[in-house]
Amino acid sequence: MAAGRTWRKPPFIRNPWLRWALIIGALVYLVLALSSVNVNPDRIARGMDRAARIFSAFLQPDFTSRWRDIQAGILESLTMTVVSTVAGVMLAIPVGFGAARNLAPLPIYLFCRGIVTISRTFQEVIIAIVFVVMFGFGPLAGVCTLTFATIGFLAKLLAEDIEEIDPAQMEAIRATGSSFPQLLTYAILPQVTPRLVGLSIYRFDINLRESAIVGIVGAGGIGSTLQTSFSRYDYDVSSAILIIIITLVMITELLSGVIRKRLQ
Amino acid sequence: MLRLENLVKQYATGDKALRGVDLVVPEGQVMALIGPSGAGKSTLIRCVNRLIEPTSGNIWLKQTQITGLRGGALRAVRRRIGMIFQEYALVERLTVMENVLSGRLGYVNFWQSWFRRFPQSDVAAAFHLLERVGLSEFVDKRADALSGGQRQRVGIARALIQHPDLLLVDEPTASLDPKTSRQIMRLITELARERGLAVVINIHDVPLAQMFAQRIVGLRAGEIVYDGPPDGLTNQQLTTIYGEEDWNQERSSDSEAAELTLEARATV
Ligand SMILES: Nc1ncnc2c1ncn2[C@@H]1O[C@H](COP(=O)(O)OP(=O)(O)OP(=O)(O)O)[C@@H](O)[C@H]1O
Ligand SMILES: [Mg+2]
Repeated sequence: MAAGRTWRKPPFIRNPWLRWALIIGALVYLVLALSSVNVNPDRIARGMDRAARIFSAFLQPDFTSRWRDIQAGILESLTMTVVSTVAGVMLAIPVGFGAARNLAPLPIYLFCRGIVTISRTFQEVIIAIVFVVMFGFGPLAGVCTLTFATIGFLAKLLAEDIEEIDPAQMEAIRATGSSFPQLLTYAILPQVTPRLVGLSIYRFDINLRESAIVGIVGAGGIGSTLQTSFSRYDYDVSSAILIIIITLVMITELLSGVIRKRLQ
Repeated sequence: MLRLENLVKQYATGDKALRGVDLVVPEGQVMALIGPSGAGKSTLIRCVNRLIEPTSGNIWLKQTQITGLRGGALRAVRRRIGMIFQEYALVERLTVMENVLSGRLGYVNFWQSWFRRFPQSDVAAAFHLLERVGLSEFVDKRADALSGGQRQRVGIARALIQHPDLLLVDEPTASLDPKTSRQIMRLITELARERGLAVVINIHDVPLAQMFAQRIVGLRAGEIVYDGPPDGLTNQQLTTIYGEEDWNQERSSDSEAAELTLEARATV
């Protein structure tokens, strides 16, 4: 009879010595790490106090007293978003084609992959700091940051999409005696356009969100207005700005969702 | 018309797909290329329009030596060669009309094709061909909305609008039911005869090949092992091409098998 035979899931690490050594090591590290953070109850208490003030101010958002600044910030953010998305998409398309292994010769492929990798390695805030140092405070730095980030994002996804197209359609168009530009527009574009448009719209709402963040390091837009209000302790104004940002982001997300669904 | 001289293709993986093929296809001839899977049929016809680069040997289309052509000269010879594919290879997201007109890409410049401003004569030819293959009502439908048989008709129209001298056809019926298969084969051979084209058709279905081709070439492991008329294909020849098998049983049960599959489909 086989009824007495038991079974257990084999442990992830077979060697029991190694297993227990790793578990105990991890626990010891955790305890040491916690004790090194230096939790100061006094500072936490004071922080709580300030938090209470901030939150009470947040409950009474003040849209009116700084409305001009807020309006200018929003307009600047929207402009930054539109300009950087359009510029980014236009630059990302050639880079994306160049970064597709099934189209580009090796040197071009490596060059375009390099651009993509650099753009994706650094977080927007870091790039924004670099551009602020280069061009000074203001929306130009923000536009450059978002454009650069858009190139990395879109070109990578576009290249992956191109690498997965149906090669038979490409072969058929090539067999008609078409030129390379015709091959791109007849065999490849139709296969990738819906996704390209969808991703561009998606990137638009990422850029809107990011435009508020890069503003905090001085790259213009509503983020800069927000930063100013914080440094003046105008938390009620900050609250108004945050509410506006949230609403804007929600609206664009809704719209882009609807458009992208239509495209399928 | 089409002349292959000692054509060899060795893939980078080391597979020798063609081992010195000599073949002449005269004007107006419909030739069926048969042979087991992996014999090199697809490789052979893809070498002709250089979708695959032959390793050595020569290919001539009329006076043009295809091997060795590059750039514009290669594109110019490709537009004289129409190709029809097993899985139709239509651009799925384009309309039927755009797919047919893409057969003219070799004749128009980039901006004409980008703005879909093909010469009126091309558009008229496209309408004429679509009517001929029975798809005049589907002009503005997207290709992915068509059935297999309809798609293959679009594929035929796309190949013929090139005004080719030669038609390369790679298993045009492998994904179609027996009746549609015959209709497609009939359409291809009729249109080719009307225009006096040479045709090379890869096909697995031997009875179908015998029904529609004037000449049969059997390929096995990259070498021609039969070249003759359709009715010269004896059981012994079939064994040379495909290997040992009881051909009489196979052939007499062909129609039965077709019926059985149809029934099976109906009951599913
Ligand atoms: N891209 C490739 N790379 C390497 N080897 C290949 C490639 N394509 C085909 N081959 C090899 O070449 C040989 C001939 O293949 P081919 O596709 O021409 O056969 P076929 O006669 O068309 O077969 P089927 O009837 O199954 O379509 C096979 O051995 C195959 O493995
Ligand atoms: Mg094949």
